[in-house]
Amino acid sequence: MRKTLSGVFIAIVAAAGGALIATWATPLSGQAPAAYRAPRAADGHPDLNGIWQANTEANFDLEAHMARPAMALRAGPYGPVPAAAVLALGAVGSVPPGMGVVEGGPIPYKPEKLAIKKENQDKWLERDPEIKCYLPGVPRATYMPQPFQILQSQSAIFFAYQYAGAVRNIYLKDPGPAPIDSWMGQSVAKWEGDTLVVDASGFNDSTWFDRSGNFHSEQLKVVERYTRTGPDVISYEATMTDPETFTRPWKISLPLYRRIEKNAQIMDFKCVEFVEELLYGQYRKKPLTK
Amino acid sequence: MTRYKALATAAGFAAMAALTAAHVEGQAPAKPAAPAAKRAIPRMPDGHPDLQGMYDLATLTPVERAAGTPLVMSDEQAAKLEQANAARKVSGDAPLDGNRAAPPVGGDGSAGPAGNVGGYNSFWIDAGSRFSVVEGQRRASIVIDPPEGRVPALTAAARGRFARNVRPTSDQSAREDDPGLEPAGAYDDPERRPLGERCLMGFGSTSGPPVLPNYFYNNLHQIVQTPDSVLILTEMVHDARVVRMNSEHAPKSIRKWMGDSIGRWEGDTLVVDTTNFTDKTRYRGSTQDLHIVERFTRVDAKTLLYRFTVEDPNTWEKPWTGEYPWTATSEQMYEYACHEGNYALGNILRGARLKETNDAKKTKQ
Repeated sequence: MRKTLSGVFIAIVAAAGGALIATWATPLSGQAPAAYRAPRAADGHPDLNGIWQANTEANFDLEAHMARPAMALRAGPYGPVPAAAVLALGAVGSVPPGMGVVEGGPIPYKPEKLAIKKENQDKWLERDPEIKCYLPGVPRATYMPQPFQILQSQSAIFFAYQYAGAVRNIYLKDPGPAPIDSWMGQSVAKWEGDTLVVDASGFNDSTWFDRSGNFHSEQLKVVERYTRTGPDVISYEATMTDPETFTRPWKISLPLYRRIEKNAQIMDFKCVEFVEELLYGQYRKKPLTK
Repeated sequence: MTRYKALATAAGFAAMAALTAAHVEGQAPAKPAAPAAKRAIPRMPDGHPDLQGMYDLATLTPVERAAGTPLVMSDEQAAKLEQANAARKVSGDAPLDGNRAAPPVGGDGSAGPAGNVGGYNSFWIDAGSRFSVVEGQRRASIVIDPPEGRVPALTAAARGRFARNVRPTSDQSAREDDPGLEPAGAYDDPERRPLGERCLMGFGSTSGPPVLPNYFYNNLHQIVQTPDSVLILTEMVHDARVVRMNSEHAPKSIRKWMGDSIGRWEGDTLVVDTTNFTDKTRYRGSTQDLHIVERFTRVDAKTLLYRFTVEDPNTWEKPWTGEYPWTATSEQMYEYACHEGNYALGNILRGARLKETNDAKKTKQ
């Protein structure tokens, strides 16, 4: 009896240890570790309901990057310094470093497109759609530094993002090709085992991937994979295909964490109001002094 | 577009049929409640009514009705008005005479966008074609209390505010934005323009609460329901209001454009309580103390009854209540990216500055 029990105990420890090692080895592989079984929705699929948020520097720059003095830079006598337009922000306007979320090296731009990316970076203040409070597109909506809510029922899946009040209705039946391009695209989902796979297409070419000028054409297609890997973690992957801009498909992966605060909720972030002075201030009857 | 529309329609009907079949059969409500518990309506796995779907709120029934007229219209009266509306639509859709004269400079002076220098023609407008039917009655107004179907009188304080110019408000519609009809200073700053024009909220209280038909276009609303949250999505300006179930209101220091909404079930009715409005929302000129209670009840597989009570002691002498049906539609909702393409707001202000410059030159001459 005693021997049997300890045998079972060792087996459990071994299994848990194995699962733990598996988790460490492939934290973002998109496959739920065998040890974790997500709570189920009424229809038997994993329950993705909740308020989630990325904890990453991806929105600054998808690729691995060191800290920078500012998003907008100018040449200084001994290297780049913050551009005049953002100088007053001091350290608050600097860029935190990150190991990057792109799998397998830099984003595979075609050479002529890489030149546009660099130009975007140089002209960030004029060009980043986030500065004008435009809809973030996909996958950028996912890793904006603000929470989003997944609402999942037996007949609908819906993503409500706090940033700019962006929304995505995730079709569970394919309505056919998107009849018109849009900022947030058209999303169609299916379950592959315990992973929600979302095919997003029908994008315009006006959104970016981050604040570093990474961009795409209207040919972009994104395949996202949402897999619960723990009580408060979703493993998120997005594969981007855009033959006009990139030499091959490329993938990002990052965890999404549950906002576990009891009072967590999607709040108002109607930044449209915040950019009126920027966009229309010059047309006031009495423009504010600069 | 026809192909997509057909596809959408087919998918919608299939989904509706599947839903109805799945939920009418055998899904026992989790808890006994309400006399309607045995009604054959779609239900969620937890037994509560399933309110989900896409709804088209367009209707000919106005918020208020003419003084002294009854709430319920006769079928003949409704049919006559509906036919007149349809005839206007047909004539509005007719091709224009290529040899017609140019419109007068500055427009013909009539009310509405087309009365000025041109606006949407009827092709773009989807303002409803039928009067709302509640319990078999064709309704002449959404307001049912006060019984005369009119929003109650304003308080003295509200009249004072209105006299001082409280625009813009969440219900102000595009049709009232006619140049020349606005008070002095209306074009001085972007903040003076209506919320709809600024792409902050749709006009006509389309996002609400209270959620109202806007009598113009883009009247689709979507409901997604989970045990913890009910999402009410408004097509116009993609405004998503998430109702937190069995929760408490945010602290008073937190203000929201559509208010802070918490929900609870009373039998088979979803009751949503909304407070904490911003002092910029100003539905019908109300203040941030606006309090809305909405009641969503599923009537049948295709229809919700939406009832709301509006209260703001700073604005109206007493609370008032309205109701109208939300009708399921197989239409798809597309992205309403308003701000991203808002060339109008900048150009409206720029035009006002240009006019001032030109007027000043004329004065000098």
